[in-house]
Amino acid sequence: MNIMRPIDFGTKASPEKTLVRLEIDGVVIEVPQGTSVMHAAVTMGTKIPKLCATDSLDAFGSCRMCLVEIEGRRGTPASCTTPVEAGMKVRTNTPKLAELRRGVMELYISDHPLDCLTCAANGDCELQDMAGVVGLREVRYGYEGKNHFASVKDTSNPYFTFDPAKCIVCSRCVRACEEVQGTFALTIDGRGFASVVSPSQHESFLESECVSCGACVQACPTATLIEKSVIEMGQAEHKVKTTCAYCGVGCSFVAEMQGDRVVRMVPDKDGKANHGHSCVKGRFAWGYATHPDRITKPMIRAKITDPWREVSWEEALDYAASQLRGLQSKYGKDAIGGITSSRCTNEETWLVQKLIRAGFGNNNVDTCARVCHSPTGYGLKTTFGTSAGTQDFDSVEESDVIMVIGANPTDGHPVFASRMKKRLRQGAHLIVIDPRQIDLVDTPHIRADYHLPLKPGTNVAVINALAYTILEENLENARFIHERCDTGEFAIWREFILQPKNSPEKVSEISGVPAAHIRAAARLYATGGRGAIYYGLGVTEHSQGSTMVMGMANLTMLTGNIGARGRGLNPLRGQNNVQGSCDMGSFPHEFPGYRHVSDTTTRESFAHDWGVELSAEPGLRIPNMFDQALSGNFRGMYVQGEDIVQSDPNTSHVVAAMKSMECVVVQDIFLNETANYAHVFLPGASFLEKDGTFTNAERRINRVRRAMKPLAGYADWEVTQMLANKMGLAMNYTHPSQIMDEIARLTPSFKGVSYEKLDRDGSVQWPCNDAAPNGTPIMHVEKFVRGSGRFMLTDYVPTDERTSGKYPLLLTTGRILSQYNVGAQTRRTANVAWHDEDVLEIHPFDAEHRGINDGDYVAMESRVGTTSLRAVISERMQPGVVYTTFHFPETGANIVTTEYSDWATNCPEYKVTAVQVRPTNRRSDFQEDYAEHTAQARHILAAE
Amino acid sequence: MQATHADATQKLVMMANQIGDYFAAYPHDAAVKQTRQHIEQFWAKPMRAAIIAHLAQGGKGLKPISIEAVKGLMG
Repeated sequence: MNIMRPIDFGTKASPEKTLVRLEIDGVVIEVPQGTSVMHAAVTMGTKIPKLCATDSLDAFGSCRMCLVEIEGRRGTPASCTTPVEAGMKVRTNTPKLAELRRGVMELYISDHPLDCLTCAANGDCELQDMAGVVGLREVRYGYEGKNHFASVKDTSNPYFTFDPAKCIVCSRCVRACEEVQGTFALTIDGRGFASVVSPSQHESFLESECVSCGACVQACPTATLIEKSVIEMGQAEHKVKTTCAYCGVGCSFVAEMQGDRVVRMVPDKDGKANHGHSCVKGRFAWGYATHPDRITKPMIRAKITDPWREVSWEEALDYAASQLRGLQSKYGKDAIGGITSSRCTNEETWLVQKLIRAGFGNNNVDTCARVCHSPTGYGLKTTFGTSAGTQDFDSVEESDVIMVIGANPTDGHPVFASRMKKRLRQGAHLIVIDPRQIDLVDTPHIRADYHLPLKPGTNVAVINALAYTILEENLENARFIHERCDTGEFAIWREFILQPKNSPEKVSEISGVPAAHIRAAARLYATGGRGAIYYGLGVTEHSQGSTMVMGMANLTMLTGNIGARGRGLNPLRGQNNVQGSCDMGSFPHEFPGYRHVSDTTTRESFAHDWGVELSAEPGLRIPNMFDQALSGNFRGMYVQGEDIVQSDPNTSHVVAAMKSMECVVVQDIFLNETANYAHVFLPGASFLEKDGTFTNAERRINRVRRAMKPLAGYADWEVTQMLANKMGLAMNYTHPSQIMDEIARLTPSFKGVSYEKLDRDGSVQWPCNDAAPNGTPIMHVEKFVRGSGRFMLTDYVPTDERTSGKYPLLLTTGRILSQYNVGAQTRRTANVAWHDEDVLEIHPFDAEHRGINDGDYVAMESRVGTTSLRAVISERMQPGVVYTTFHFPETGANIVTTEYSDWATNCPEYKVTAVQVRPTNRRSDFQEDYAEHTAQARHILAAE
Repeated sequence: MQATHADATQKLVMMANQIGDYFAAYPHDAAVKQTRQHIEQFWAKPMRAAIIAHLAQGGKGLKPISIEAVKGLMG
């Protein structure tokens, strides 16, 4: 029995409250009604032999191993499919049962290779375990009969193999793909002895619809589906529970280790965000952590055209501190700033903003949320009173109408998407508002009730039209509005919305969405039961991003779809700790806990605790830093774990700003694009190398635990602390738990959070304080954080970025399942098997008009730049709209995106760029120059 | 450097106008007040100083609500 494997109850726990008393093997127990006999037995410590059952899947009853005898019943029913009943008397182990099980096992083993000693699953094979449990000693049929031993092994997937010779056709993989992942990529093909597991239509795993989530591998009881890393390394000897460092779902994982080497990452079934599920990134794409590209020695250089010089930590930190202080002496204390990372821990983010506020003496701190969810911060705080998703992930299971706006969950947040798809398969309705036909619109067993394929940039017009319809047709929740909202603001808003310009008929002219579809979607959302909205960067990354967030908030209040299970408004956060980095005071106008820097009481609490005076002036946001740099007023920055050169818009503008600075300190695990313009490089630590916490999109604070020692010697929080001390700001933490104690001391919504609590409870959702000691799964239940909900006017203001004769197409950007953000991590994994370059999706009509064929190299030109990449002809886009991803610096989608931004937050308008596309046979001049500088900027002189 | 300074100022003008455009849906006095408050709460001091200086030089490009809001910043 593998020590890594958690207890498997065989079937799922019953949610029923009513208890049923029964007797198993003479022991009386009580379990919830609906519990299977198998689950009940495990509860009291009796493991009934099984093969096709596992507690992540619905009971199947096919393997005939879990048979039991029940007093008064004929035969030997399967315990996995038999629910408990009051007074039931069960026997799990009798001579008759033993004989039956041994006979069944004998048949299984007669068609199974007996290579256990050299099998990769040796020590982690349920078939092997069960053969031992039932006492199999011989196979009377021999092994010479018809069998599957000569089946061909499929090694096409980069992370796992499929060996049909070892398959017992238990269907666990097929069921996992259907029930857990919801992709339906696998099937049992053939009948009887010819039954085999088949990806899609007899395709290889790599060529099939398989999304490589790993659910089938995890469910497999044998070595049929097994990780290549296990084949290579063998079984792990210890494990560490931690949290994934990819998207904002925040999946809990068990890092299975041999010494300080990861054998595999297995999703933790106790993880409250993922409940044992995973995606291709978290499950498999962790190899970047030990990639040869990792930089493990500090480096400095005087000019960005100089080669890097490896130096000691002491020298690098002395140099960074003296340069930054020197710039302040020369140009003033506001001439420098810094950027926190949404990939680093809460504790690390806290320290960086503390260093800037208390050490630099200004509020020039910002974070990558600036370019993604800063409008969420503004919009939700204005309308509801705080900046966060309102529901926990689990409560999607109680939604009746799900509205997805400007998000692509199956690619961006795949584990949550699987939960959502499960609810949709159960019958919940779906409305998708997106220019693209994302997968959710039409995927196996799911079809959106309404897809509103609006023209990019018209979100606000459409959300207003939805509200118009609800008001005009008297579908609003008057009671909720009266009891929970500011009725004066509502009256003003009502008058505004009912203006003819907001009618579906008028908005149809702007958005291209038929008025009847807008009306029908509005009716469904208002009357279809419990409604939940999930949204992404297709909402926020617009010049009216904040307006749209407030428009959605208005809609939830209008219909009462907020503050209860199954109802809410939820940003799907892009990076693992976007929520946390915002919570921790990474914005230049806010202290941790979303409190404005001008608030004297708050500022004094921090000043008192930190022992320094703090500025009451809002600092510079990232784009403001660039502009001030180009104006000569901003001269240096400290960037932790963020690649602004690749991720921010108008790359040539960003590069010019970076070149104008005199000292850029980059802390990262790789020489990223920003490091090309840096003077100091401080090697960072991956999530496997440090302790801390991440906060996911449902405000869940999860522990990150060190599984291996930092390759460069220090965790990121230690490096910030050393830099702070060099700059004269004393920091003396010996463990991140002490930083969390400081966070709890100074941040009301974190008052009850501690490592002790997290280690005891697993995780907690903020607010966690005296009023909510166990955290807050659902926000705004009885009243909004701000008191009454505030309806905000949301007039549609078209973006200044317009198409023209020269730039007739609209570019919108996004991401893909296998790659993550700027790709620094996933590009250094085998995930490139699915996506090894950014491509331009273009509608057949637009392609034909330009003489572009599928796979052609094309130049995409906007008003700010030109880049070249390959074209893919796709009908997922509507004519006039093109789409690309931003994972590869070589193509650099942001070479063409503009600096137009959200009016309230300066979040860039990535989703609307007017472009022209034409065939080409070369990279753009910018790409050529950039590649030349990159080659030069990455040259390293080894230490003497 | 002159050109980039002018670019930065133009960007601030555009940003101020965007804020004003949002609040323009509210009654005039409220729109001016909220535009001013937004700039006070979210713009760093050098940015505020720059837009005030721009208005002092005629405020080219600023829309009426933005002009009134920036005037309020001066007080």
